[in-house]
Amino acid sequence: MYVYDEYDRQILNERVAQFRHQTDRALAGELAEDEFLPLRLQNGLYVQRLAPMLRIAIPYGMLRANQLRRLARISRDYDKGYAHFTTRQNVQLNWPAVEDVPDILAELAEVEMHANQTSGNCIRNTTTDQFAGVQSEELTDPRPYCELIRQWSTYHPEFAFLPRKFKIAVNASEGTDRAAVQVHDIGLELVNNEAGELGFRVYVGGGLGRTPVVGPVIREFLPELDLLTYLEAILRVYNRYGRRDNKFKARIKILVKAMTPEAFAEKVEAEWEHIKNSPTRLTREAVDSVKRFFTEPDYQALEDNPDTLQAQRAESKAFDSWVKRNVDKHKKPGYAIATLTLKKTGVPPGDVSDRQLEQLADLAEQYSFGELRVTHQQNVVLADIRQDQLFELWQAIRPMGFATANLGTLTDIICCPGGDYCALANAKSIPVAEAIQRRFDDMDYVYDLGDIDLNISGCMNACGHHHVGNIGVLGVDKKGEEFYQISLGGSSQRDASLGKILGPSFAREEMPQVIEKIINVYVDNRTEEETFLDTYRRIGIDPFKERVYA
Amino acid sequence: MPDLIRHDGIHDDEWTLVSAPEEDQELTLPDGPALLPATVWKENRDQFAGRNDIGIWFDSHEEPEAFAEVIDDLPVIAVNFPKFTDGRGYSIARLLRERYGYKGELRAVGDVLLDQLFYMKRCGFDAYALRADKDISQAEHCLNVFSNTYQAAVDNKEPLFRRRKAEAAS
Repeated sequence: MYVYDEYDRQILNERVAQFRHQTDRALAGELAEDEFLPLRLQNGLYVQRLAPMLRIAIPYGMLRANQLRRLARISRDYDKGYAHFTTRQNVQLNWPAVEDVPDILAELAEVEMHANQTSGNCIRNTTTDQFAGVQSEELTDPRPYCELIRQWSTYHPEFAFLPRKFKIAVNASEGTDRAAVQVHDIGLELVNNEAGELGFRVYVGGGLGRTPVVGPVIREFLPELDLLTYLEAILRVYNRYGRRDNKFKARIKILVKAMTPEAFAEKVEAEWEHIKNSPTRLTREAVDSVKRFFTEPDYQALEDNPDTLQAQRAESKAFDSWVKRNVDKHKKPGYAIATLTLKKTGVPPGDVSDRQLEQLADLAEQYSFGELRVTHQQNVVLADIRQDQLFELWQAIRPMGFATANLGTLTDIICCPGGDYCALANAKSIPVAEAIQRRFDDMDYVYDLGDIDLNISGCMNACGHHHVGNIGVLGVDKKGEEFYQISLGGSSQRDASLGKILGPSFAREEMPQVIEKIINVYVDNRTEEETFLDTYRRIGIDPFKERVYA
Repeated sequence: MPDLIRHDGIHDDEWTLVSAPEEDQELTLPDGPALLPATVWKENRDQFAGRNDIGIWFDSHEEPEAFAEVIDDLPVIAVNFPKFTDGRGYSIARLLRERYGYKGELRAVGDVLLDQLFYMKRCGFDAYALRADKDISQAEHCLNVFSNTYQAAVDNKEPLFRRRKAEAAS
């Protein structure tokens, strides 16, 4: 993964010093709250319902063992001993003191971490596929491009005060999209053109929140080296013409819709004409030098599916289930990608203790070249596990709470922190996730249901991505009482779609039963090969409506 | 007379920022150098020909494109930040400098606070009318808060990835 040089270190240390100066002035009353607000947000610091919240960036989802250990120490020394992995490859601390944040940022900087632009109306942390570089399907490794975007967008002087937040995601796999690029402000998909040259398909104006939109393509092919100049053109058009009069209409999706994607694309092309050959145009050397940071680790020559693994799977049904559900194919023979789930019933999805962070560091070092990745489904990935060590790994992670073999199933719920923590939330989301997990505790039944995305958000800002859940749950407020609205048929995959609202909302205690009824309609109607989403798309929403509101 | 920050220090500001006249009002010029609303200046352009004590100011929604041909005539252009969170002025500044080659003084006026000065400088401003309640003695520090940057902008045409390469080769 990327390693800082003296430039990166110096720039980051100056940022920490700058924020210390800003925090001191804010605490001394020299900066008004509304003046400090965008500055602290661009350094990851929210002021939340119960306490401040600090959102730390995990660029392209990669963490090294020493960074995990530092996160553990910070969560212990400055917080209550746990951290929360979010749906955007970030990690959040829920209880830091405002005056400690400059010290926390200084500690993070020592291990090449930061909270740069994890919030605020600026370009946020760029996300990508958690399997980047280790799966055979991808065209090329997307991470070097994410790193180039990271550098270009960090403290960009023109785009620090955009109309609204701005999120970019990159995907390089033809068949799958683990980065959900079509529901980002800019989605970039690495593709080859007819001449076999590498470049990007560019989606602009997707997003969730109050007005969910699947982003249209505004350019079918952008040559690789034009990446940054084209992004600059898009951002400049957005900065100048995005609405600033109403924050609910300020996202780029509203501008693209208002102008039409065609007219927006024309405007971007016209802007780009002026700057496409500026020094911001990438060079082959620059791309290659960043690519050198993402080379393969020291893989051994191994055989796929070794006898030991076969024997272990035959012997233990629980291990076999875990391998089936949580282990993915690796591009190298004899290796595997293992996803450790943070979805144990009774623990808020994505939460980890300081001790668990240290355990993850140990596991990464012992089994996976000292690195791990975080996913937008709030799980973590050990990407380079030897297949003959899977059993040992599984035995190690069971007592740690990471072996829940429910990846991709109904109980692998994406869930925002909701009303338990978040000042924006209309309703709690964590207890709903837990109640559904408890209702579906028969794993054989859950496996039989197959792949289902169940996503829960506590408000319409949609941090839990409810619009793109096959089953989406949205917390709503009705005269001070919490209710939950269901949508069906969403997908963040290649066939991205937005869920359709089922009907009137439900009280919290009804939720497990409502989900059960929805599942029963699927079970009654499915053909042998159909996933939940397939069946829904075939039979439509009415049969679900009839059963749930009967 | 209010203070103006330039990159060589703090100066008295002799220029008066003139608001757009109401519909039924005549434009009245103050004594001394004046910054007129861009559209007002354009409508009365002939009247100001050859004067080096008349400049213009843009509001954040206005488009410098319409002035591309005439900006060389202007000794000072100001860009108004109606709120410091309104980031349009940064794009306007880069366009004036990089696209239209404006060489005169480019001022940030309006809700100009300390923590935005570095970004403003990078986008091509070289004069700042700091909001009156802010501590002008901190401006120099805030203008120079970073010693290096990743991206190209007006102050540094070469992004870091090109400079890294140059240094590696030398």
